[in-house]
Amino acid sequence: MNQFHPEQAAAFARDEAHAHWHDTALWFVRVKRDRAAASVPEWERLRDTASALKAHTLSRLAEYLEEFERNARQNGITVHWARDGAEHNRIVSEILAQRGVTRLVKSKSMLTEECGLNPYLEARGVEVVDTDLGERIVQLAAEPPSHIVMPAIHRKKEEIGALFHDKLGTAQGLSDPKVLTEAARQHLRKKFLGAQAGLTGVNFAIAETGGIVVVTNEGNADMGTSLPPLHIASMGVEKVIPRARDLGIFLRLLARSATGQPVSSYTTHFHGPMAGGELHVVVVDNGRSDILAREAFRRSLSCIRCGACLNTCPVYRRSGGYSYSYLIPGPIGSVLGPQRDAAAHASLPFASSLCGSCSDVCPVKIDLHHEILVLREEIRAKDILPLGKRVGMKMTGFVLSRPALYRAAGRLVRWVLRGAPPLARLGPGGAWARQREFPVPPEKTFRELWKSSGEERKG
Amino acid sequence: MPRVGLFIPCYVDQFYPEVGLATLRVLRRLGADVDYPEEQTCCGQPMYNSGCADDARPLAERFLRIFGAYDHVVAPSGSCVSMVRLHFRELLGDSKELRELAARTYELCEYLVDVVKVRSVDGEFRKRVGLHRSCHGLRELRLARASERMDPPFDKATQLLAQLRGCTLVNLERPDECCGFGGTFAVNEEAVSCLMGRDRIADHEKAGAEVIAGYDMSCLMHLGGLLRRQQKAIPVLHVAQILEQARLAP
Amino acid sequence: MSAREAILSALRRSALAPVPLPEFPEGLRFADPVTQFLEAVASVGGSGVRVGDGAALEARLAALPVWAQASKTLSLVAGVGRSTLDLGAIADPHGLEGLEVAVLAGELAVAENGAVWVPGRNLGPHRAVFVIAEHLVLVVRAADVVSNMQEAYGRIEIERPGYGLFISGPSKTADIEQALVVGAHGARSCTVFVLG
Repeated sequence: MNQFHPEQAAAFARDEAHAHWHDTALWFVRVKRDRAAASVPEWERLRDTASALKAHTLSRLAEYLEEFERNARQNGITVHWARDGAEHNRIVSEILAQRGVTRLVKSKSMLTEECGLNPYLEARGVEVVDTDLGERIVQLAAEPPSHIVMPAIHRKKEEIGALFHDKLGTAQGLSDPKVLTEAARQHLRKKFLGAQAGLTGVNFAIAETGGIVVVTNEGNADMGTSLPPLHIASMGVEKVIPRARDLGIFLRLLARSATGQPVSSYTTHFHGPMAGGELHVVVVDNGRSDILAREAFRRSLSCIRCGACLNTCPVYRRSGGYSYSYLIPGPIGSVLGPQRDAAAHASLPFASSLCGSCSDVCPVKIDLHHEILVLREEIRAKDILPLGKRVGMKMTGFVLSRPALYRAAGRLVRWVLRGAPPLARLGPGGAWARQREFPVPPEKTFRELWKSSGEERKG
Repeated sequence: MPRVGLFIPCYVDQFYPEVGLATLRVLRRLGADVDYPEEQTCCGQPMYNSGCADDARPLAERFLRIFGAYDHVVAPSGSCVSMVRLHFRELLGDSKELRELAARTYELCEYLVDVVKVRSVDGEFRKRVGLHRSCHGLRELRLARASERMDPPFDKATQLLAQLRGCTLVNLERPDECCGFGGTFAVNEEAVSCLMGRDRIADHEKAGAEVIAGYDMSCLMHLGGLLRRQQKAIPVLHVAQILEQARLAP
Repeated sequence: MSAREAILSALRRSALAPVPLPEFPEGLRFADPVTQFLEAVASVGGSGVRVGDGAALEARLAALPVWAQASKTLSLVAGVGRSTLDLGAIADPHGLEGLEVAVLAGELAVAENGAVWVPGRNLGPHRAVFVIAEHLVLVVRAADVVSNMQEAYGRIEIERPGYGLFISGPSKTADIEQALVVGAHGARSCTVFVLG
């Protein structure tokens, strides 16, 4: 059985001080989100509206994409289509190669992670520099992001200081975030000035006006697309929204959900290339049409990548992004990953206590914890659940539907707990007992007390 | 006089019969006509939550047969009631019979507050109580406003406990973070499960709780297990056990 | 079949039941949007200053330390401040590197989040001006302050083709242990003058 998450999480949790530090850091973001949401009296109605806007859009996705393409073309934007990650990478690579681009700056895009763009381009002689500070940190450390909004949340400032000393030549022993950020600013400014093209993701693509919206706090997407003349924007098919005014709803929810800010520093609307420049948008499917076809999981396409579900998840906070086998961790990753590859990510739907907090914080009201539960059924149906577990559940179901068997089983369990505790530590009992006592078995069950005690019969 | 079917979760029947007794007494003291149908066993949640819907289905069908005749069905468990109200439909399909039974199946606190309309709780419990807001009851049955939601605050369990003389409900730093039980999660993801549980306990201790109370014994079984392994003297109690001695009235 | 056709037909295959566009809820309104806006600008790391007229604006700008100490400035707001750089001589946005202060006109401001809408036509020939400048000064009229983003989108005109953005405070990051640091890649400070 795919034990990826439980094994990685156990390793993460073993360093309890570090796990608590990570948990506290992410909880702080959840608290900031709560404060920001509380300042908007109509918050829950905004969520309802955003959810309905996404549901409406998904019900006419092809139409809206066509409208977007039509209007974008009129604005001088070149629109490309990519069936999968490989096609996306080829398209991007060709655009760059045709213009002799070997120095590319990138702002954050989980889609490009999904497609594996960076290694693809690097193998073809393109220097790819991630310019979001957190992304640059993990790029220099040659590790993947551990959170979709705060990629380096798992790294302590001393570690980043050491990394910068090693890779950027900064002084040894730095740990002040201000000093480190200044160093990154200087280093990346050179990269921006020397770049021949900028690649961004797309937060929203507006069908009605044919434009794309990119949101950052750092301004790196803006710097990277206003200095070099070539801007390539990668978007998943689900990023299209009907009208500009719909942003009035989404933008009131996005930053508050992500970081607790009322809005990000830069919300840039591109409706055409810069003078003398080019703007290319690559529209990518890569399995999204498959998700759209499944009623149980369709709503997961509404995701606006805010990360609120990660911050609120008690399991993500205590296991970290690297405990998840999929590039996107946390609740949304546990829904998207198994849909892409159920066997590879089979442990993820079980890496949840089904507490439901994720569904409550999602700004577009994806029923995350419910989709996670449905995925468990999928995994069982695909025979990925291990035999022992399937048989165990079958037996449990068999026993529980027969009162006499249930009572006998109950007597046996209570006897083992009383008389033969080591036996109780076999199988799942062992996992229970590692850090917990078993419940004290009572002399009589409730049913026995009800039957035997006259007082209980009194109506 | 409505006939109430007492629905006792399998683990309460087997390990916490005193919680079943307390629930029975609370209801009887209010003058309810309570029966306990003896053929009941389990609502099927462990199987359903493991993705084994086929193994859960017969239990859902049994539940419908066993409890169908009652006017109200009451259980001292948020998670079992949430199974009936929210998930039986996925196992059995939509039907008038199921919809109507689901609509009259209640967790104990919500039954007391919403159906019996208890407003006066006359009794005492001279302890500092940490209330553990179990997730299914909180977020599926909406027994209280979840801290991440921006609705007007309410809390049915607190409403019942707060009136008890000498009872202080402590302020937790994370009022409704999951304890980490989560059914099979407790065993499959033992490390995180126990870390979550120990963090809950630490929160309650820091807030000065002498007792940890809740409306789901499954969570309390997990927290209680951790507490006893740590040899801490903090007992876990179901809300029914705290209300048992009080006089409740609409 | 082209990728475009393949994707669109795959999406169309899902035959989803129609879902209507929702009504929008009433957005949060402030009795005094300008005061709220100024508070919001401060809360996002900028500073907001109300000035009665052009003369007051000029005086406050002159007193702004980053302006007073700057030798490389650019004002794209007629009658406000002065430019030490000759924009006409800068053919390429890279030539703006080293710009210390840029003064730009905002068309609209949003009280709930301290954001200022700056349309592309207010940026001059090079879009980069707002992000490459070390410090940013924005000027917006008090009459153009709205309460929330829903109202904002009711008023801004999206130029097609065109460009525009909301700027809320200076450039910032919290990527290192969530410590908020101002001045990541863009402006290290953002001063918004509300005129009128």
